Amino acid sequence: MSTGLSPEHPVLEVRNLKKYFPIRTGVLSRVTGYVKAVDGVSFSIRSGETFALVGESGCGKSTTGRTILRLTGATDGEIHYDGEDVLAATGERMRKLRRSMQIVFQDPYSALNPRMTIGAAIREILQVHGIASGAAAQERVEELLVRCGLESYHNSRYPHEFSGGQRQRVVIARALALDPQFIVADEPISALDVSIQSQIINLLEDLQNDLQLTYLFISHDLSVVRHMADRVGVMYLGKLVEVADKDEFYREPLHPYSQALLSAIPVSDPSAKKQRIILKGDVPSPSNPPAGCPFHTRCPYVMDVCRSVVPELKPTPSGHYAACHLVHPNA
Amino acid sequence: MQMRNTDMSSIISADKSSAAELSETHEAMATSKRTSEFAEVFRHLLRNRAAVVGLFIIGGFIAASIFAPLLSTHDPLDTVLSNRLQGPSSEYILGTDELGRDLFSRMLYGGRISLSIGLISVLIGVSVGVPIGAISGYFGGKLDILTQRFIDIMIAFPGILLAIVVVTVLGVGVQNVMIATGVASIPVYARLVRGSVLAVKEQSYVAAAHAAGLGHARIIFRQIVPNCLAPIIVQSTFQIATSILWAAGLGFLGLGAQAPTPEWGSILSNGRAYIRTAHHVTTFPGLAILFMVLGFNLVGDGLRDALDPKTR
Repeated sequence: MSTGLSPEHPVLEVRNLKKYFPIRTGVLSRVTGYVKAVDGVSFSIRSGETFALVGESGCGKSTTGRTILRLTGATDGEIHYDGEDVLAATGERMRKLRRSMQIVFQDPYSALNPRMTIGAAIREILQVHGIASGAAAQERVEELLVRCGLESYHNSRYPHEFSGGQRQRVVIARALALDPQFIVADEPISALDVSIQSQIINLLEDLQNDLQLTYLFISHDLSVVRHMADRVGVMYLGKLVEVADKDEFYREPLHPYSQALLSAIPVSDPSAKKQRIILKGDVPSPSNPPAGCPFHTRCPYVMDVCRSVVPELKPTPSGHYAACHLVHPNA
Repeated sequence: MQMRNTDMSSIISADKSSAAELSETHEAMATSKRTSEFAEVFRHLLRNRAAVVGLFIIGGFIAASIFAPLLSTHDPLDTVLSNRLQGPSSEYILGTDELGRDLFSRMLYGGRISLSIGLISVLIGVSVGVPIGAISGYFGGKLDILTQRFIDIMIAFPGILLAIVVVTVLGVGVQNVMIATGVASIPVYARLVRGSVLAVKEQSYVAAAHAAGLGHARIIFRQIVPNCLAPIIVQSTFQIATSILWAAGLGFLGLGAQAPTPEWGSILSNGRAYIRTAHHVTTFPGLAILFMVLGFNLVGDGLRDALDPKTR
């Protein structure tokens, strides 16, 4: 089933990805239900682009990123990276995949082992993969640190000696150690001071240009996404509800949820009048999602069909994907 | 103004040269990394006054044990029944026990056994209990459930009972007491470490290690266990004392150090009967155990801080 979501040369293809976390109760830990963190997500990323996944916390965007890197197992679905079946890879093939796919974490404070100097942490990775050891590894570490805006002598420092922004630079340097082509950036700036955020964004952009990196950029900050992304996917309750090119998305969001999200972006001009769409109620529990469209409990345009039929993620003639009965009335 | 400028530039150049020195020392450190890390830890330990006191206490006990033959004033096994339960005097520095043996000499020789029991049993407990707890907590699932239920069973027995079982199986003797008290402390470490591992393994740096393709063994023993050190060290300082007391209990039951052999625990428990008339027989070994635990505690605290890059 080719959804047609794949533009030319996708480097990463995710098809119908599902990740359910079992809910266990009682003495015997019987499984009484599932949290459907990711529930049938399909998208693809072409080489060299930045694909942004946006949505509010708990919508499954981080879980999607972690599942792609096999940091957590998938319940169902397929992930292909550069032709390789990620979920089936083992042994040497998995090691090769690990070298080409890396991750940058949200919280740089927990992302670095407090007991290892950053040099030791990066050298270990180089040694395990047989890339370099001894003086060559040391040289490579210093080169990586300088590349990420740190000083070469920082390699013998411990993580606690760095500020948040510097730590995130270290995390990025570590991610680059294996020369990956694809990086999952899991909210890389949301734990940082606003003044630091732009520096890290610039670093990520420079690295992308210099090293031809492909990013899966996970964020809830739509202003940053507008700056960074080439394409945007919006997630709600474990499902993708809209996928579009960035310009198209910001000009004309089709899904009511996306419209509400975009209306919430703060504008720097205080006199500018803006029509805010205020959503009512809370996000339903992913362990008991509503029937039909997951958004129907909060949608301002809800129709009868929304309560019973799950809308499919389908393209408009202009190639803009949305999962909404308003957009595709005959579905 | 001129002055300040030159001042500033000299400061800057000084900074630069110190930076150059720094990078040189870093290179030097990279080459002799292991020794320098050890020296670093030791240096910080020495800077901690409490830890130094602890080192002196432990050092004193170790020296007393090693030089026991030189320091002792009497044969520790020599009984002089006419001098039973005498208080401290110039003849008997710490008095005599219920058989008229010199308590000071017995304590010196007993320190050899007690100290080794304390250290070796902790060594056994740590080297077996820590891996069990770490692996159980790290992999989780069925393995974890099985391991932990087994440890529940072991913990349900008092440590001394467990030690008795082991001694019964292995036979009586000081060596077997060390093994028995060590085995009895395994579940304590396994449970303790499992708990810490459960917390540490959720940290992003562990996920990063997975993403970087590091193996499970490397992740457990290089990324996770070093971050569980603090509770292990604290537990060990107490476990030394507990083991000595367990050994005393075993001795009391006739399963540990055999009758004439001096050992702090057995001296202590033998003296119990005379606590109203001759308390010194229990007081001095009690104080010895107390100070030894204090010493290990102080050093343990200092070691915990010295090993943590954040506090040094």
